[in-house]
Amino acid sequence: MSIANTITENTVKTREVEVSPDWCLGCGDFGVLSSFKKATLEKEIKPHEMLVVSGIGCSSNLPGYVNAYGVHSLHGRALPIATGAKLANHNLKVVITGGDGDGFGIGVGHFIHAMRRNLDLTYVVMDNEIYGLTTGQASPTTMVETKTKTTPRGNVEQPINPLLLALTSGATFIARAFSGQPAHLSSLIEQGIAHKGFAFIDVFSPCVTYNKINTYAWFKERIYKLEDEAPDRDLTDFSNAMTTAMEFGDRIPLGLVYKVDKPTYEDTEPVLLNGPLVKQPMGIKKELFNKLLQETM
Amino acid sequence: MGKKEVKSNNMPKKYNEITVGFGGAAGDGLDKSGNLLARVINRLGLYAISYNSFQSLIRGGHTFLKLRISERKEMCFGDNFNVLLAMNQDSIERHAPAVEPGGVIIFNSDKVTCDSSLLQENIHIVPLSFKKLTSEMGKLIPIMQNTMILGSLLYLMNIDFKTLEQVLRDIFKQKGQGIIDQNINVARIGYETALEDFASAKINIDWNFTHISKPFYSGNTAMALGAVAAGLKFYAAYPMSPATNILHWLVANSERCGVLVKQAEDEIAVANLAIGAGYAGVRSMCATSGGGFALMTEAIGEAGILETPVVFINVQRGGPSTGLPTKTEQGDLNQAIGASQGDFPKVIMAPKSSTDCYHIAGEALNIAEQYQLPVIILSDLLMGENFETIEPGSWSHEFNIKRGDILEEIPQSMKEKDGFKRFTFTPSGISPRPLIGSEGMAYVAATDDHDEDGVIISDVFTNTAIRRKVNEKRMRKLDGVLDELEPPQLEGPEDAEVTLIGWGSTWGVIRETIEQLEAQGIKANQLHFSYLLPFHSKEALQILNKCNKTIVVELNATGQFARHLKAETGFSITDTILKYDGEPFEPRMITQRAVAILNGEPLDLNVTETEAREMAYHYIRVHLKDKLRPSKIIEVSQNGYGESVWVLDLIERNNGEMKGKLTIGVETGSTHKWDPTN
Repeated sequence: MSIANTITENTVKTREVEVSPDWCLGCGDFGVLSSFKKATLEKEIKPHEMLVVSGIGCSSNLPGYVNAYGVHSLHGRALPIATGAKLANHNLKVVITGGDGDGFGIGVGHFIHAMRRNLDLTYVVMDNEIYGLTTGQASPTTMVETKTKTTPRGNVEQPINPLLLALTSGATFIARAFSGQPAHLSSLIEQGIAHKGFAFIDVFSPCVTYNKINTYAWFKERIYKLEDEAPDRDLTDFSNAMTTAMEFGDRIPLGLVYKVDKPTYEDTEPVLLNGPLVKQPMGIKKELFNKLLQETM
Repeated sequence: MGKKEVKSNNMPKKYNEITVGFGGAAGDGLDKSGNLLARVINRLGLYAISYNSFQSLIRGGHTFLKLRISERKEMCFGDNFNVLLAMNQDSIERHAPAVEPGGVIIFNSDKVTCDSSLLQENIHIVPLSFKKLTSEMGKLIPIMQNTMILGSLLYLMNIDFKTLEQVLRDIFKQKGQGIIDQNINVARIGYETALEDFASAKINIDWNFTHISKPFYSGNTAMALGAVAAGLKFYAAYPMSPATNILHWLVANSERCGVLVKQAEDEIAVANLAIGAGYAGVRSMCATSGGGFALMTEAIGEAGILETPVVFINVQRGGPSTGLPTKTEQGDLNQAIGASQGDFPKVIMAPKSSTDCYHIAGEALNIAEQYQLPVIILSDLLMGENFETIEPGSWSHEFNIKRGDILEEIPQSMKEKDGFKRFTFTPSGISPRPLIGSEGMAYVAATDDHDEDGVIISDVFTNTAIRRKVNEKRMRKLDGVLDELEPPQLEGPEDAEVTLIGWGSTWGVIRETIEQLEAQGIKANQLHFSYLLPFHSKEALQILNKCNKTIVVELNATGQFARHLKAETGFSITDTILKYDGEPFEPRMITQRAVAILNGEPLDLNVTETEAREMAYHYIRVHLKDKLRPSKIIEVSQNGYGESVWVLDLIERNNGEMKGKLTIGVETGSTHKWDPTN
């Protein structure tokens, strides 16, 4: 049996049978999966060169549906797992996928700190404004007044604005996409992977089962593309990006909101100047060992 | 100032070791002074072992550092207290009464006085006026009083000045000749003043110096160095006492040791960072204390099911919750055993000394990688933060790194069949893992349970067979681990009257207890456990069945290890000796209680006179603005409190004026009443 060459192919025969996505028919995550595969094809990334890390939730099942190294980790903990793996071997292309509950709820602390560090990671959030896998509770991005199983009289908590949070936390590539427009999404994922630094892509990925408000139709009525309306915008203009990020209502912008080039964590960590950690020698030389003992004498 | 000798007409006792206590406030430089003295001791070829007790009984931030100095390597800080170096008045009040007959108290008489009525018999007081003695040296920083006091101490300990001079030269090398000379001169003033004015206070001891210099490491720093020697490449941490020194040491030595150190936002991130690095193929470790460990526990199970090697260190402190951040305890055994939901293989190790911390770090990294599982190391504050002289040759830079099966190419057999199977069900339970990034072996490690390929079985209707077999495969790894770990062994005579059983950091203090019991004519031996999970049940039971009386000695309130021992062996011990007051065992405490147990005496949990005084100090600090101190104390049984009480006279700190009586319950320890005079 031949070994697969792209992450879109399956290595394991049984997988083709067993591992087809278990998402509901019409789930937005299908669009994200196909866009993600397309983006990696465009970039000619081989399965062994990529690590896809996720947390827990419907969308966090994604690593199981692509042919790459993957960790399907704990709820909310995909970013620290990805960070540890990237620091251990920064030759790997590392992509993190997950949902709004995973990333902006239980994992929001890691989200903020991962962006501050500006590691060369790509984080794709499938944002459906609901907890799907646990059958329809309010999520951190559920809009005010939305009725869910846990907000029967309508949500009273202000939703998180992921783009604003990303801007103020130091992400160096911030974009928004819609799973109903896979070509656009695929292009943004491709750019995100190419970006040297922390790339965050918030993807509207409708939950057809538990979110009857933020549907495909609801998004289609509101979304517009920044590249159409403001093709000459300065992507490094922070204030401009803040204004764009705050637009959420009758009109919702899609596209690249902010992009700056800054040194990555890997670039500034002195230990990594000697190459990936995983390739560095282990143990201690006698001279250094003796010196370390000597220093206490 | 001047010569003042109290009751010094007894026959001079011959010493073979000396325990020095440094008392002062945070910021008095006790750590630096202790370290300076230890360097002198270690260069002379003697041994030192320290215990640093942070106290807040009198004033915030009171610190007491004990250094036991001996020709023989001692394994605990002992019972004795021969010399007090008092950097402030609190230290006199608090510690001077405990200095043993024949001992010495040294202090700066510009700001400290010593009331001889506080002292035991035959104590030598050495007041040194820093201001007068150094008046010709110009302005000096106050902390240099310590250097002067150390100079005096060395003379009184019968150690010549030369080594101190050399150590000062080395320590202040970066600061220039001026600072070096200043320090040496101040130290010499202390030395010569002791020689000229206090020669009769000199301790009767003849040292045999080998002049073989020895390193001085704490358990935490030893653990860090041991891990580096064993190939550690990645370390993550969130600051938490008493584990922070591992982080500090590794950060300081990160570049030259080639270890990437990452401080993270919380312990949940720390644990997952470490797992991510372990997954990607480097030796990975993290450390914390009980509270942080609690946050890590979900991730420990994650490492278990992902079959990812990673080492978690818990440097225990007093719990529960925030508990006693600067105090020691062995209270997290239950937590470690129960860490994370479900069944999965994990290993728990507990080093027995600072020296052992070096070895156990390497062993933990080896076991973690060979068996692809989480290893937990249970250290504690006593061992982690306190230093001991390391016997030359007990550590080697050479370490046999055993990484287990790591594949850089897909095995031919798999290539020809279905492709790479990450979690192949094998007899040993160990499935060869790929070096992430290697071609042809891409797989997903999932925290959902999964089959041999890694495909999750959580979303199929049911698959009892795969679930059973993958569970068994993982757990089977512990059989191999157990074979690899050294079984427990009885130390001391087989026909002992009593066996003292311990785990972790109590090894040294129990060892000394055995000697004390023998000196009292009681034949005793010791059974110590360094490996707590998996447990050598068969070997332990074989030993226990041959023992007479068996006592588990541990530093917690509920006998966590005693219960574990019972669970693993079914063996019922005779009794326990437990301590949970924040301070470590001293050998005499164990000896006394062991003798009492052998004599059938019941456990007495009443508040002792010393404890009543401690409680009074606390009351004074909280309610009486720290202006008083306890003086006379009596026990009164007929009273209206339903229990005997201690009644303490509290007097004005400055002039000794009676200010009132404080009543403390002997059984409950409750502060029943404060009755001010007039």
